[in-house]
Order: sequence, then structure tokens, then C-alpha cells
Amino acid sequence: MNEKVDVLIIGSGASGAAVAWSLADTKMRILCLEQGDWVKPTDYPSNGRDWEARLFSDFAINPNRRARETDYPINDANSPIKVVNFNGVGGSTIMYTAHYPRLHPSDFKVKTLDGVADDWPIDYETLEPFFAENDRMTGVSGLAGDPAYPAKQPPMPPIPLGKSGQRFGTAMNQLGWHWWPSDTSIATVDYEGRGRCLNLGHCTPGCAQGAKASTDITYWPMALRAGVELRTRARVREITVDNNGMATGVIYYDAEGKEQFQAAEMVIIACNGVGTPRLMLNSQSGKFPNGVANSSGLVGKNLMFHPYAFTYGYVDEPLDGNHGPPLCLWSHEFYETDKARDFVRGYIFQFGRGMGSIVEAISSTAAGRLPWGEDHHKVYRSLLNHRIYLAGICEDLPEEHNRVTLDPVLKDSDGIPAPKIDYTVGENSRKMLDHAHTRAEEILKQAGAHTVFREHVPNSGWHLLGTARMGTDPERSVVNEWGRCHDVKNLFIVDGSIWVTSGGVNPTSTIQALALYIADAIKQRLANATLFE
Amino acid sequence: MQTTLTETEARDLRALVGQMIPASATYKVPGADDDLIFADILKGLERDTDDARTALKQLATLSGGPFADLPADRRAEVAASFKTEGGAPLFALNRVVLLCYYRDDRVMHSLGQEPRSPFPKGHVVEQGDWSLLDPVKKRAPIYRKVP
Ligand SMILES: Cc1cc2nc3c(=O)[nH]c(=O)nc-3n(C[C@H](O)[C@H](O)[C@H](O)COP(=O)(O)OP(=O)(O)OC[C@H]3O[C@@H](n4cnc5c(N)ncnc54)[C@H](O)[C@@H]3O)c2cc1C
Repeated sequence: MNEKVDVLIIGSGASGAAVAWSLADTKMRILCLEQGDWVKPTDYPSNGRDWEARLFSDFAINPNRRARETDYPINDANSPIKVVNFNGVGGSTIMYTAHYPRLHPSDFKVKTLDGVADDWPIDYETLEPFFAENDRMTGVSGLAGDPAYPAKQPPMPPIPLGKSGQRFGTAMNQLGWHWWPSDTSIATVDYEGRGRCLNLGHCTPGCAQGAKASTDITYWPMALRAGVELRTRARVREITVDNNGMATGVIYYDAEGKEQFQAAEMVIIACNGVGTPRLMLNSQSGKFPNGVANSSGLVGKNLMFHPYAFTYGYVDEPLDGNHGPPLCLWSHEFYETDKARDFVRGYIFQFGRGMGSIVEAISSTAAGRLPWGEDHHKVYRSLLNHRIYLAGICEDLPEEHNRVTLDPVLKDSDGIPAPKIDYTVGENSRKMLDHAHTRAEEILKQAGAHTVFREHVPNSGWHLLGTARMGTDPERSVVNEWGRCHDVKNLFIVDGSIWVTSGGVNPTSTIQALALYIADAIKQRLANATLFE
Repeated sequence: MQTTLTETEARDLRALVGQMIPASATYKVPGADDDLIFADILKGLERDTDDARTALKQLATLSGGPFADLPADRRAEVAASFKTEGGAPLFALNRVVLLCYYRDDRVMHSLGQEPRSPFPKGHVVEQGDWSLLDPVKKRAPIYRKVP
């Protein structure tokens, strides 16, 4: 029998780690259950000669391909965008590329400004101190003074421009368009015990140097030192509730596959925009026959990705290839709504360097550029290290038919129903994608690319948002303005599920700032004994 | 499910990968059918073994028997139509070939790359000319003010 805890957090990724660390100073008994394992830095692919190959096996970004015991399958057949993630301590930050922009002030007021979707019940100003705290905890590199944002001060200098960055910068200046070194969660100097970036160039499937801020090396060591317990190989099947509709704890499967009950005074879900609705929909009871805290019927609905306008080209001069963090610059030139366009909202561009030798070969084979036979070698040499790319991260508007449900057949290794994704790219997003591709082609040509290509990248469901949205109206939202479920007063959600709209930037900086903000709200209400009112 | 290829499948595969990436005297590189590389390919099939077998079956059908037994000019012809008709199973197989070929020391040397893991040595990336940012610094804020 497990002893009851005060706070039970499910999921140890970007948001779970941040909320655990922030709540640790309350001295409550805090436990986090995580279905995956710790990943040792020595296990990361960049330690070995097969570093690129492992992107297609045990470090594949798509869990269906990776298929570790700790992964759960996802039925993504009815979605052109496939969900990618990582399940382990650090969650998907183990696998993220560390591009770390914040949402803009306008993102919180979409309805007011553009008449679409809904406004958030909170704003940028409210989150600002938590953004700053998260930047410090995470260790963000960047450059102050970006005209695309209200003032902010990244604690470390930006990552180098390199050959590709200078090319892009020059091109953007010629076009008169905004660009700036990206905020990245990569240490460019030694930082809080983390070694600085060595330009391994293979950031996505884990950083062997520890320069990339996955939460297993940022928040978790501090949270553990402060007394938080983290139990791995603990896969939660359902959240249990009593007759009063209060959460009592969870049922989970341990490393041996044995069913366990863990009682808790309060439960915080941090399983990401797919894992969270899956867990909630699996938590059915007499009180909540359609899933816990789902009286609105919105759990799982309004799934937002960021349709990804990947565009690339080849230049004559060899550039950086895969050396250095791949994402080095951003442009917010097309971020805010422009009434002259045929869509609302907008996107950032993230500028990339190049590809590793294997990924270049595979991608060029897929595109039909790389022949078999005698010519293979000649053509390949004209491609390798000659590629530059950029991608528009397009704002996806919430649409209820884009959703996560439970698959009637597919189950994980513990027999828990797996999520099913139904998603189509909306009309607004389609127009935005086209705009982003067209602008990207102009940029590439200006940067000297002699040939340019647009590509649909199926495995681009890395941003998982909106499936348990925040709001003040219990009929139109799942959690309130400080992350507490309307229906269950001791159940909280802190991950990307609570997003009202998606913005057009990579979300993790804002996800973590939100988790810190919700932790702070919890602490304030604990102090004045109003937490469960 | 058989986890390794039969002898006939392996022979066909070797003949096929020799068509995909032949040795080149110009670039001083072995072909993908080189002993070491081919052994790596066989080992690397792992989770793609089923796809590889499906692809090889289709290749044998197109060849009207073992692909490896065809005369050279006929092999080239069959390989060309297989390339367009092979679909997802062939793509999975081709990926394994590339994964193994482009980590071979001799191939990497020929490409001017160091045959090593990225960690711990890392790479050098030039800082670049930060004065390029000067015109952007002069811009007024471009983010939208909210009411
Ligand atoms: C390849 C890739 C590249 C990316 N690049 C970027 C980038 O450059 N910038 C950016 O901002 N974002 C990026 N992201 C997205 C980023 O990783 C996520 O936004 C972020 O990690 C989400 O945080 P989270 O807390 O919501 O969930 P996660 O970090 O995904 O954590 C969820 C955790 O919950 C656990 N869990 C789920 N269900 C259960 C259960 N039932 N029981 C127990 N545990 C459970 C999971 O195992 C996981 O560890 C990328 C993601 C990927 C996969």
C-alpha cells in the first residue's frame, strides 16, 4: 500500500518538472509518476558512430517507430501530421530541438484583435515574471533588444551565426525583413553545472554534453534535492474520484506491470496535449462517464499542432552542414495579423543550418533527387553541406473536430487504450502555409539558393496543444484561469493541453512559464486556504 | 516471422545495393555491396526486415526469378522499374542501405568528413559578423500592442 501524498504529478516532462520544482518549497509531500526511464547522457546517439542511424530506431521521434517499452502507441492514420514525443524523465524535452521563443502579447487576445477563436483568460504581462524565472532555471541563450518582443534579457549570449546564419541575415537585410538570433535553451557558456555547447550538431535526439536544457538536468536535480520523489516506470491508467467529485489518487502500473493505487490530496496532470486527454478520457466513473472533468465535452477536442512550412534550397558554397545547433535564427516579420493577407494570425520562421550526411541522403532519395547508379556520388556531393532551410511555424486555430479520442482497439503494453488522432489542416492554416512557403522561397533565393523545394513533413506533430483548454466558462473550457479543472477542485492541468490558441511559435517556453504560474497560484491559495474552494 | 534473410534474398539484396550505390574509382569509394558495408546492411535491417523481405519479393517477381542471376544490362533495367514501383517497403530498405553506407570510414573520408562520433570533440562554428544585425536593431518594435 502506497502512502498518501499531498501532491501527485503525472508526467515528468517540460511542465511536470517545472511545477514539481516550484511546489517543492511548500515542503508538501510531492510525488511524480513517470511512465518512462531516466536517460543516461552516455546513451545518447551522439556518443557513437551510429548517431544518425539511431534517429530511425531507439531515438526515433515518432513513438510508433521508436516503440520502446515505455512508449505508448498512437493511432495517427487519420492525421496528415503525426504525433512525435518522448516518454521518459524530461519528457519530450529529451527530444526537442531547443528553439525557445515565447508567445507574443497578441497571442492571448486573438478574439479581441482578430475576431477568431477565443481570448485567453490570462495575458503576457501575467506570465512575464514566470517567463523570466523559467529562462533562468532553464538557461536560455539569446540576445536582448529584439524588436519582435517586449524587453527581455536572456541569461546567456546567442549561439553562433555560422556560415548559414550570415547568409540568411544578409538576405533578410536585403529584403528588409526582421530576423534575430533565436532564444534557445542551449547553454552557450558553462551554466549552473552544465557544460557549454560543443556544436555536436545533433541536438534533437538528446545532448550528450548536457548543454541542451532537457528538464532531467535542469528542474529535476533541484526538485529532487528539495525532497520531491520521482517514481519511474509508473504508467497511470486512470485518475480516481470520490462521490463528491474530488480526485482521490490514481491507479497505475509499476515496472512489473502490477496494478498500484496511489492516494493523493491533489493531482496535477502534465502528460502533454495527447497524453493528458488520453488519461482523462480513460478515467471514467459513475460521476464522470465521459472522462474525468469532462462535463464540457471538450477534453480531447481542439487539438492544435503547428502546420510546418518546411522549405529548403541548395547553394554553391559548402555551409555548416550539421555542425552546431540546427536552429539558430528566427524571423517574426509575418507573425502579426496583416489585413492585406487572405488569412488571420501568422507564423515565425525558424532558420536551420544543414543536415547530417545520412539524413541528407535519405531526404534526397525520398524527394527523387538522388539517383541510383554511377551518378549517385556526383549528385550527392553537390547536396551534402550545401543545404539551407527554414520553416514557418504556422498558428493553428482551434477546431473541435481536430481531436484526441480513445482508440477502440489499440492498447499499450499495460492494456491501456491508446489515443487516436483525427486532424485536418484548416482553411486558414492552409493559406498561411502557402504564404510561408512562398516567402521562404524568396528568402532562400535571396540567400543564393539555386534550387528550392517545399516539403510536407509528416513527423512534425511536436507541438501538442489545446485538448483541455483554459477559460472562465465551465461550458466552454476544462480548466479555469489558474489551471484547476472546473469539475474537480483538486485536479490541475499544467501542460500544453490548456492552451486556448496556439500562437505561431514553438511552445515550450510558454508551457513552462504557465506551469510556474499555476504552481504560484496554487501556493498563494494554499497560503490563504482557498485552494479547493 | 523470420528475422534474417534467406541466402537467395541476401544475394539479391547484395546485387541490388550494388546497383543503388556502385563503387567509384573517381571518388575512391567502395560500393554498397562491399563486404564490410554489406555486412553492416544485413545487421542494420533489424526492425525493417519485414519491409526488406516484401521489397525483395517484389524484386524477384519483377526479375522473373533471382535478381542476382540476371545479366548486367537486364539488372539495370529491372532496378530502374523497381525504383519507381517499390513504394514504402523499398524506401525502408533503401534507408538502411544509406544509413550503413554513409557511416563507412572510407566513404566519410572521401566526403572530407571525420569518421567519428560528434561527442566529445564537437565541431567549430564561426561566430560570424554580428554587425549584420545593426539594421534590425534600428527597427521600431514590430509586435502588436494589445488593449
Ligand atoms: C522532436 C521534437 C522536437 C521539438 N522541438 C521543440 C523546439 O525546438 N521548441 C519547443 O518549444 N518545443 C519543441 N518540441 C516540443 C516540446 O518537447 C514540448 O512542447 C514539451 O516537451 C511539452 O511539455 P509537456 O510537459 O506538455 O509534455 P512532455 O514534455 O511531453 O512530458 C509528458 C510526460 O508525461 C509522461 N506521461 C504521459 N502519460 C503518462 C501516464 N499515463 N503515466 C505516466 N506518465 C505519463 C510522458 O512519459 C512524458 O514524460 C519538440 C518535441 C519533439 C518531440
